[in-house]
Amino acid sequence: MKVNVRQRDGVTILDLKGKITIGVGDVALRNAVQEAINGGATRVIINLKDVTTIDSSGVGELVSAYTTATNRGAKLHLENLPAKVTDILQITQLITVFDVYDTEDAAIRSFSE
Amino acid sequence: MSDDKSFHLAIGSRFENIELVQLVLKDSLDQLGLDDDNRHWIDVAVREAVANAIKHGNLQDPAKQVHVDLTLEGGEGHEDWLVIRVQDEGRGFDPSELEDPLAPENLLKPNGRGIFYMKSFMDDIQYRARPGGGTVVTLRKRLNPPQPDDPARPARTRERQA
Repeated sequence: MKVNVRQRDGVTILDLKGKITIGVGDVALRNAVQEAINGGATRVIINLKDVTTIDSSGVGELVSAYTTATNRGAKLHLENLPAKVTDILQITQLITVFDVYDTEDAAIRSFSE
Repeated sequence: MSDDKSFHLAIGSRFENIELVQLVLKDSLDQLGLDDDNRHWIDVAVREAVANAIKHGNLQDPAKQVHVDLTLEGGEGHEDWLVIRVQDEGRGFDPSELEDPLAPENLLKPNGRGIFYMKSFMDDIQYRARPGGGTVVTLRKRLNPPQPDDPARPARTRERQA
């Protein structure tokens, strides 16, 4: 998995690409989120548009990212979920835990609401 | 059983070897003519089974192997079931001790969803201890199900939406 980090309107956006799976993608996601939060980011978006496969470890890292952000006083939103990522989060009833947005504009706007 | 679709693989207990299993599995699933959704969810279920065997079964000891077998089972020339067995060399575990990942106190835990996903994406999963040690998980998926709309989405998702 590849992670690209960018800033837009005061929001740190992590663009994930590829597989968020055990041993590789899950660690990359954990490191990227921790770097952002440690660097002082308080508004973080994980863009899942180009994620092809996610397994239970990847789901676990999304949950950890959410709890890490919340515990540190930051907000974390998810955007552009592919249908299969939505499905896998729905099955374990996590879709309602996360703040999920269809578009980046909506995800950014929501921080100000 | 059709020999060109079945396979046996033995891999060392490294997570990167999951990708090898996926390559071989993909070839078999393509030949079976399964749709994209089914191929994807079977792929995820097998990932979970192999990851569990590497992590919890063999404790990531690269000298210990994980065996993956794919067979087709049925009667009178019919290939009714896709059967995937994943076998480790670990000490085994008691499936009845697994926690419910949907319980409110477990919802935000980082672990504990793998077997739940396997059950969601396959039609049947069974665990048994091997006589010489280790665990075998058997994942079954019905091929050519009676209802044409049956395989379109994971079983759990369908139930919840019904």
